[in-house]
Amino acid sequence: MNEQLYDVAVIGGGPAGLAAALKARENGAEKVIILERDKEEGGILNQCIHNGFGLHYFKEELTGPEYAGRFVAQLEGSGIELWLDTMVLDLNADTHEIHAVSGKYGYCLIKAKAIVLAMGCRERTRGAIGIPGTRPAGVFTAGTAQRYVNMEGYMVGKKVLILGSGDIGLIMARRMTLEGAKVLACVEVMPYSGGLNRNIVQCLHDYNIPLYLSHTIIDIQGKDRVEKAIVAKVDENRKPIPGTEMEFDCDTILLSVGLIPENELTRGAGITIDRRTNGAVVFENMETQAEGIFACGNVVHVHDLVDYVTAESSRAGAAAAEYACGKRRGGRIIEVSNGDGVTYTVPQRIRVEAVEKFAELFFRVRNVYSGDLRIVVKDGDKTVASYKREHLAPGEMEHITLPKVILDKVQGDITVSVEEAK
Amino acid sequence: MKELICIVCPKGCHLKVDEENGYAVTGNTCLKGAEYGKNELLNPMRVVTSTVRAEGGAYPRCSVKTAGSIPKGKIFEVMNALDSVTLKAPVKTGDIVIKDVCGTGVDVVATRNL
Amino acid sequence: MVDVAVIGCGVIGAAVAMELAKRQVSVVVLEKNNDVAMGTTKANSAILHAGYDPEPGTLMARLNVRGVEMAKQICEDLDVHRKQIGSLVLAFTDEEVPHVEKLYENAKVNGVPGAKIISGEEVARMEPNVSPVKCALYAPSAAIVNPWEFAIAMAENAVENGAEVRLNSPVTTIEKTEKGWLLKTPAEDVEAKYVVNAAGVDAGKVHEMAADKEFTTIPCRGEYYLLDKTEGTRVNHVIFQCPTKVGKGVLVAPTVHGNLIVGPNAEDVDSVANTAAGLAYVAEMAKKSVPSINFRENIRNFAGVRANTDKSDFVIKMAAEGFLDLAGMKSPGLSAAAAVGEEAVKLLEEAGLSAPMKENPVTKRHKVRFKELSAEEKAELVKKNPAYGRVICRCETITEGEIIDACREVIPPCSIDGVKRRAGSGMGRCQGGFCGPRVLEILARELKKDPEEIMQDGAGTVILTGRTKEGGERR
Repeated sequence: MNEQLYDVAVIGGGPAGLAAALKARENGAEKVIILERDKEEGGILNQCIHNGFGLHYFKEELTGPEYAGRFVAQLEGSGIELWLDTMVLDLNADTHEIHAVSGKYGYCLIKAKAIVLAMGCRERTRGAIGIPGTRPAGVFTAGTAQRYVNMEGYMVGKKVLILGSGDIGLIMARRMTLEGAKVLACVEVMPYSGGLNRNIVQCLHDYNIPLYLSHTIIDIQGKDRVEKAIVAKVDENRKPIPGTEMEFDCDTILLSVGLIPENELTRGAGITIDRRTNGAVVFENMETQAEGIFACGNVVHVHDLVDYVTAESSRAGAAAAEYACGKRRGGRIIEVSNGDGVTYTVPQRIRVEAVEKFAELFFRVRNVYSGDLRIVVKDGDKTVASYKREHLAPGEMEHITLPKVILDKVQGDITVSVEEAK
Repeated sequence: MKELICIVCPKGCHLKVDEENGYAVTGNTCLKGAEYGKNELLNPMRVVTSTVRAEGGAYPRCSVKTAGSIPKGKIFEVMNALDSVTLKAPVKTGDIVIKDVCGTGVDVVATRNL
Repeated sequence: MVDVAVIGCGVIGAAVAMELAKRQVSVVVLEKNNDVAMGTTKANSAILHAGYDPEPGTLMARLNVRGVEMAKQICEDLDVHRKQIGSLVLAFTDEEVPHVEKLYENAKVNGVPGAKIISGEEVARMEPNVSPVKCALYAPSAAIVNPWEFAIAMAENAVENGAEVRLNSPVTTIEKTEKGWLLKTPAEDVEAKYVVNAAGVDAGKVHEMAADKEFTTIPCRGEYYLLDKTEGTRVNHVIFQCPTKVGKGVLVAPTVHGNLIVGPNAEDVDSVANTAAGLAYVAEMAKKSVPSINFRENIRNFAGVRANTDKSDFVIKMAAEGFLDLAGMKSPGLSAAAAVGEEAVKLLEEAGLSAPMKENPVTKRHKVRFKELSAEEKAELVKKNPAYGRVICRCETITEGEIIDACREVIPPCSIDGVKRRAGSGMGRCQGGFCGPRVLEILARELKKDPEEIMQDGAGTVILTGRTKEGGERR
């Protein structure tokens, strides 16, 4: 068996893994390796050929491949080892051992002082949402269709219905239209879209594709290939309302119904998972509850913008390097929990002494809010910080910065919630 | 008064454009937003991202984009123009695929290495 | 002119073909679909029932108990996933206790090994997630199996021993000839001395091509959930309920792949579509047995059709001279399959078929299953063939080597689901989202086909509808 020792091993070579590895190397980790299961690095960005990436991080608008390319270019000469076509099979959180297999390197045992989990996420499928009907060909997740169309150069249908208004679904509505398919509609079960407003405008409105909010597919018909989908309006409990059915003669259904962090390795290693995010519970520096194992990007929580993945992963990479160099964090822990209107927070735990100037807190809200809004941080009953907002939506990741001076004064644990002005 | 959602960045500001007052924009949070609001009514522009055929690389398609915005009405004309291009590997990010596509004055460039 | 033509290559046709091919008999199997195991065989509860359900004295009783016993050896020899985990029939109320007692009496008469009635306390110890019960029938011989692998392995063994399996060959008419029967298909016709009708839900139609109508097929749909492996250890045994006024009761069981299967309901329709009402009923009934099942972990719904008839027993008999019906193979058809194969040979011999055993028939099959190997074995395997080092299906850890093996089997797949049934790729929680395009590429390469010709499953299940850059509606 091929045995190797590293300072930092990064599992996953998408945007999260690339940023973490580069930052770890920059911050003094000598031997850094990225283990990537695909035949090229860059992850899902390679198939996201649309633009809109990098406005925050690079201050310019890039396509997915261009955004990934910026990091790939930095890899050259960095001394970071990149193993492609390499699948991690097992992770031991106590011994920091990684079992991996690759056609090129064989079956390997990789030991690392610090490990960064950056496996990303996967798409929810038809089974996960249980759409009734037959099971013909022509039902794809939007990401699978995106791969066929953008990477392999194949069309996956001619008359398309899109279920779910997540960004990938909206982007694929435009993409299929540009390649000559007819996109009949986009159907969303919630009363609001799960994607960014700009994508509703430039992917649906630009091409006169209707968006049906509070609607869902109640039946898929067709023996071999999809022939028809029945769509109905839903009530406030998301139950179909009889008599509101519409028929769509489509040969294809693309699903954009949510993403799930891919944490099989994490679970297998016995690392604590947060039921709200489906990702590992992390500290302020993206360290999981297993010492020396860090996590970043969509494997921790699903982000809306890759720019935020990069920022979070840089923090994880820096922390992994710090750990590999022998520094340990400890001290009092503040638990962060979600209050009214907030679905989760990342990090879930803050080690106050380890915070230098401020701690960054990411979260998502439960509903669409607008008006005079406050994001309120409370220590017990006492408000310790408050942030003004005019618009909040579940499709957008929210972010606040908690100064160390405030954290130092916190007595117990903190709660983050949304407050609407009366 | 026309209401628009700004597409310049992911923020998606709700803009109001006053056609009768020199296309004055409100609701924007940056200068680019004001410009977008005005242009969207006078001469809407879009960046087109797509692929072209490629030979000799890891994939049979190479991703491309218009290096700048083109008139919205010319999107499908540009798409038709892309159908007839075949690149040969190696391709570098930024390589010009079509110069001055459809007379827009904007080049189509590759967005990946292949 | 062949000795025997078998119509249909589900688990019954495959079992018959395997038994015949071990003997000095020429066999052709005609399958209407583009792959074997495409009917009821691919959509059922995946259970080898112990054999206490059928009324004593029926063919179902005898062949079920015998079939389950035979399946043990067959699955071992042919490397088919099977696990003998035992089953429990729960009595929730005092009113249900007599039913369990009746099943126990059946078990004794039918010769079900080791069956016994156990107390509610014992059930709670064996199955901590099961609702409180009065008592249960425990049958240790019940097993879970991979049903399509079972059928494919038997069909392949038949081919190894000289049988010919013709796919895409629906029998359209049957004519009596001087020496036997002429079976017409859109491709090539077959003349055979003997015919075995193993056409599943279509067995009635096939029967009527050769003889007068004797039974009516009443297709009966059953709907299922397949839950993620996170739910796979919710129960340790196959958990049945007693039938009630409302219905037959649904089962909850682990699968050989480590998932949890829940279902079926029963509705007399010839359709494999899922319905919201059917699925809701299945979930509600299952929660009666195991309240903690988390249906949010569902990865797939499916429905299968039982080949029920208006007869209470299997229809296994000569329908005409040299024409054997194996019809009405409803539950416990899968459990009985191996014994039905044996029974069929016996009946054909009685009808005059000379079928002495071959000298050294192939009896073994071996598959490489990467994820089941030890670290050392994995290392060794990858060193020998790097294709086993490339993981294609991430959820199930299926390697390119295994997918290539599947493509090169004696009955090669022609679809992504065909590869799934052979190699297990796409069985997991992402349901082929990641590996689908890669499997398609490997399959096209191995079969030397254009990727656009690769189907999702049966004929017509087109995945790719053309290429990009061709304009479509745009021009």
